[in-house]
Amino acid sequence: MMPRLAMKNISKRFGATHALQDISLEAYSHETLSLIGENGAGKSTLMKVLSGAYTPDSGTMTLDGHPFAPRGPSDARRAGVAMIYQELSLAPDLSIEENIMLGQERSRFGFVRKSDHRRRVREVLGLLGRSELNMDRTVQSLSIGTQQIVEIARGLASNAKVIVFDEPTSSLSRQDVVELFQLIERLEKQGLAVVYISHFLEEIREVAKRYQVLRDGKGAGQGMIDEVSNDQIVALMVGRDVHDLFPTVMHHIGSPILSVKGLSGEVTPHSVNFELRAGEILGIFGLIGSGRTETLRILMGLDRGRADAITIRKSPIGNGVKQRMRQGMGMVSEDRKREGLFQAMSIVDNLTMSHLDPYSRYGMIGLTRRRNGAREWMKRLSIKGRSPDQSIYQLSGGNQQKVAIARVLHENASILLLDEPTRGIDVGTKSEVYRWIGELAASGKSIIFVSSYLPELMAICDRIGVMTSGDLREVRDTSEWTESEILTTAVTTQSDT
Amino acid sequence: MNSNVTVQPGPTRTSHPIWGRVRIGLRSLAPLLALGLVTIGFAIADAIWGQGHFSEMRNLRVILVFTAPVAVAALGMTLVIIAGGIDLSAGTAAMLCTTVLATALKEDVSVYLAILLALGVGALCGVSNGLLIGLLRIPPFIVTLGTMTIFLGIAKRLAQGSTVFVERDKIPDWLLNLSSTMPPDWSMFMPNIAIGVWLALAISIAVHVLLKHTVLGRQLFAIGSSEATARLCGVHVLGTKVIVYALAGILVGVAGIYSFSLVKMANPVEGIGRELRFIAAVVIGGGSLSGGYGSVIGTLAGATIMGVIASGCDQLGIQNSTQDIMIGAIIIAAVTLDQARRRRHESDM
Repeated sequence: MMPRLAMKNISKRFGATHALQDISLEAYSHETLSLIGENGAGKSTLMKVLSGAYTPDSGTMTLDGHPFAPRGPSDARRAGVAMIYQELSLAPDLSIEENIMLGQERSRFGFVRKSDHRRRVREVLGLLGRSELNMDRTVQSLSIGTQQIVEIARGLASNAKVIVFDEPTSSLSRQDVVELFQLIERLEKQGLAVVYISHFLEEIREVAKRYQVLRDGKGAGQGMIDEVSNDQIVALMVGRDVHDLFPTVMHHIGSPILSVKGLSGEVTPHSVNFELRAGEILGIFGLIGSGRTETLRILMGLDRGRADAITIRKSPIGNGVKQRMRQGMGMVSEDRKREGLFQAMSIVDNLTMSHLDPYSRYGMIGLTRRRNGAREWMKRLSIKGRSPDQSIYQLSGGNQQKVAIARVLHENASILLLDEPTRGIDVGTKSEVYRWIGELAASGKSIIFVSSYLPELMAICDRIGVMTSGDLREVRDTSEWTESEILTTAVTTQSDT
Repeated sequence: MNSNVTVQPGPTRTSHPIWGRVRIGLRSLAPLLALGLVTIGFAIADAIWGQGHFSEMRNLRVILVFTAPVAVAALGMTLVIIAGGIDLSAGTAAMLCTTVLATALKEDVSVYLAILLALGVGALCGVSNGLLIGLLRIPPFIVTLGTMTIFLGIAKRLAQGSTVFVERDKIPDWLLNLSSTMPPDWSMFMPNIAIGVWLALAISIAVHVLLKHTVLGRQLFAIGSSEATARLCGVHVLGTKVIVYALAGILVGVAGIYSFSLVKMANPVEGIGRELRFIAAVVIGGGSLSGGYGSVIGTLAGATIMGVIASGCDQLGIQNSTQDIMIGAIIIAAVTLDQARRRRHESDM
C-alpha cells in the first residue's frame, strides 16, 4: 500500500545542533499515526519541515507518490497538508464561514462568490458532523472545542490529504476531547492520513493505530500501538527504563496551615472551603471553567475575590501578592508563556525576580552573587541552559517550566499553589516534578496541586478535591476515590447547574 | 521511597558560554558602531566638500551641547519605554519646566528655588502621568496624549500666550555656562566642554547603574517584559510605574533647564513634537516600544547620532528637510535591524 505521506531520510541542522537526523516517516490513508517524543526530541521541527516552515538540509518527501517540496506554509497547505496547532490561528472577529475560507477565497472579477463559499463551508461542516453550526457566528463566541472544529474545517476546505494535530487536547475539556476523537475517526473514514502528537499515552492509545517515537532528533522506534506497553513506549522516549513514572516520597502530615472559608470570586468560584495541613499535597481536579485557576489566583492575591475568612497559621491573610508571599505563599501559573515567565528575560532574572532580598542591600543587587545563586539552582534542578544569562525563550518547554517552579522553590515558599505544573512538558521532566513535590511535602511544606490530568493527582496527592461550576464539592483522601467517581463528580454536577 | 527516575543531562546546544556573552556585548555596541559610521562619514564628506569645520573641537562642543538636553530627556524616556510605557507629554512638559524657570527668574525668585520649582513641576507631570496610567488603566499612549495637550495649555497660560523673556542680568553665569558652546576654562583636567555635558554624562552613569544594578531597574525590565509575570512575582506594578514616570519627569525637568540655558527664553509651543526626538533616540538605541528592551549606551548613541546629523548637514549646507529624511530613515533601519536580529535569536532554538 502506498503511503499518503512519506518523509525519507530527513535531516536538519541548526548551527552545531542536529535537530533532525535521518528521520523517515510514513502516514497512511484511513489511519492515525502518533508521533511521540520528549520536548526537544524533534517532533515540532519535523512537523515544521512538513508544513513548509523549514527546508530540510537533506531528505525527500512525497504526497500520494508525488514529490513534495513546499516553498512555504501556504504552498504546503495548497498541496494538502493541514496543521492544527495547540494555539489556534483563527481571526476572532470574523465569522465561521470567513475563517474557513480565509486565504482560499473564490472570487470572480475580484468579488467574493458568497454562495460558493457557503456551499463549501456547509459541505465541510457536514463532513465533520457539525452541520448544525451557524456559520455566521463570530469565532470568538464559540467554545475552544468548537473553535478547534472550525480550524479543522479550514484544513478540510483546502482538500487536505494529511492533517497534523500538535497537542490538540491541552486546552480542551474532557467532553471536547471525546468529540475530537470522534471527529478524528470521521477524518480517517474520509481517507485522510492523520498525524497526532501528544504527551498523553492514554490519548494515543485511544486515537492512534501506529506510533513512531523520536529521541534526540533521531527515530527511536515504531510499530503498532497495540503491540507495546506504556512502559516500553516511555523507555523508547527516554532511552532507558523508567520504572516509576510517579515517584512518591514518604511524608508526614502535620497541623493545619491554611484555612479557607467561603471564598468566592467575581464570576467563579462561588464557594470554596478547605483546610490545608503542613506536609500535605492537596489535589484539585476540575474541568476548564470550573473555577480552579480562579481559586488559586484569588488566594495568591492576583485577582479580586471575597472570603468569610482565610487564615495562614491562624493569622489573617495579608493584602496583595507581596504580603502573601511574605506569609509563605508562592504560585506557579498555568500559562507559562504569558504569565509564568518573562520570555524576554534571562534565566537568572526569571529565577530570582520574586526574591531579590538575599542578593541586595539598599536596593543594589550583587550581580555575581545572584548569578552564582542561579547557577546553583540550575544544577540542583538539572535545568539545561548555556548560562544563567541565557534568555528563557531559548529553552525547551520542560526547562522553562523547571525555571518557573524553581522560582517558588527559590522563594522558599511554604504554601505552594501549583496550577497545572506539568502541562506541556515531557515524561522525564514530569516525573522529576512529582519527585520535587514529594520532597517538598517531606520537608513540611504544603502544596495545592491543580490539574486536569487525573492519573498524576491519583498518584501523588494525599487528598483530592473536585471542583465543578465554581464549587469545591468534595474533598476526600485519595484512597477513598476512584478515577471514575472523580470524573462523574466533575461532570454530573456541572451539568446540573 | 527512592525513585528510579533520574534524568541525565542530555545533549544541549553546544556553544561556548564566552561566545554567547560576546554576542550580547556586540549587540549593545551596534548603536555605537552606527554613531561611529555616521560621524566618520560626515568627517570625510566635510573634508572633501565642506570647509573642514566639522571635525574641529569647536564643532564637537556645539554638537554635545545641543545633544545634552535631548539625551537627558531620552534617558527618562528609556526608563519609561523599558517598563513598557511611552511618554508623549515629555516635549511639552519639558517646555512647561522651561516656562516655569523663566517666569520664576523674571519674577525675581531666587535661582535655586526657581530650579527646584522647574524640577518639581517635571516630577509632578511624571507622577500625574503614572497615577493616571496606573489607576485609570488607560494605555500610556492615550494618557500622555492627553497630558501632552494639558501641559501645553498650562505653560501657555503661565506665559500669558506669548514668549517669556528674561533679562540677562537676572540669569547667573553658571546657568548660562551650563550649555555654553564656549565655556570658561574651569578645570585643568577635563576637556573644555560645557558643564551641562558633564552633568549629562553623570546622569547617564546614574541611570545605567539604576538599570543594571538595582532592584528597581530589574523590576522595570520585568514590568516591560510581562506585567502579569511581574505581578505574580510580587512586584508592586502601580507603585513602580509612578516612580518611573516621576523619574522620567525629573529628567524632563533637567532637559527643560538645559533648553533655557541655551536660548534664555521660554516659548511653550516650542515643546510640541520634541518628544518624538526623545523617543527616536531610544528606538535608534535599540529600545523596543513593546517594552523590556533598552539601554543607556544605546540611547546616548541614538541622541548623538541625531546631533551629528544635524551638525554635519549644517556644515555641508544640506537642507533641513534632508536632515529630517535621514533621521527618519535611520529610525526605520535601526528597528529593522533589531527585529531581524531578534528573529534570528528566536529561530536559534
